[in-house]
Amino acid sequence: MAKLYQRLRMKVTFLYYEDCPSYDVALERLRSAMTEEGIQAEIEIIKVETDEQVQRLRFVGSPTILINGQDIDPPPPEAYYALTCRAYQLEDGRISPLPSPDMIRRALRQSEASSKLKI
Amino acid sequence: MTKPKVGSKAIPFILPGVDGKEHSLAGYTDKEAVVVIFSCNHCPYARAWEDRIIQIQADYADKGVQLVAISANDAQKYPDDSFPDMKKRAQEKGFNFPYLYDETQEIARFYGAERTPEVFLFDKHGTLHYHGTVDDNYEQPNAVKSHYLRDALDAVLADRVPAITETTPIGCTIKWK
Repeated sequence: MAKLYQRLRMKVTFLYYEDCPSYDVALERLRSAMTEEGIQAEIEIIKVETDEQVQRLRFVGSPTILINGQDIDPPPPEAYYALTCRAYQLEDGRISPLPSPDMIRRALRQSEASSKLKI
Repeated sequence: MTKPKVGSKAIPFILPGVDGKEHSLAGYTDKEAVVVIFSCNHCPYARAWEDRIIQIQADYADKGVQLVAISANDAQKYPDDSFPDMKKRAQEKGFNFPYLYDETQEIARFYGAERTPEVFLFDKHGTLHYHGTVDDNYEQPNAVKSHYLRDALDAVLADRVPAITETTPIGCTIKWK
């Protein structure tokens, strides 16, 4: 039986806090990763500026990348919402203010795989 | 408060450290150089440079260099930066320099500090010789091309003027109350 797949449109959201200096690098990494993976979705860019936004968006730090609403690096349960820069743990254990390109690519692939629905 | 300019004198402080002792700038008059670094627990930039700062203290201790880290962040809004958490962080990372708590934020304001980490290097006379960032690559220690702080320390210890005396601090903003 032939398998048919319907690829759902990917929703990509980039949230940032302007005081964290590397958000532009993170956005560039996200764009590059999407190009490499052949993903043409638009990126919704949200500048987080107020405590109200922080709480409403459950913002744990800048930059945050959501793919179909899922954080590319889900924060631990004890994470608190704040206007702050975000710490990412890289593959080798080091802390970085930026998600690595591999981290972004992995999340894109996982999301793409799970969005393929068998009909 | 105006940021100290290169050539200006160090601003004295007395602050509690994670070791349970009070630390004052005057306590380091026997040192060849003192590096005051505004830092904190939660900031990923500060954490990205932490191991390098520890290594700098280790490499320069025998040359009479003393690093002092000061956290001034509002711990109400940023609980990871509380004094008890500072103690935990210092222990976990094995800080080989005093880690001080500027709870009133007065010292950070006197220094005109804005970011974490932000470095102020003073010579044995308390004169500022370098202000700015640690090096030019927060993300990849192996890809650093300009070791600003190390280069400035080498110059100060050799009684020379550092080739670069000012860089832009890169990091999180200090979280004011």
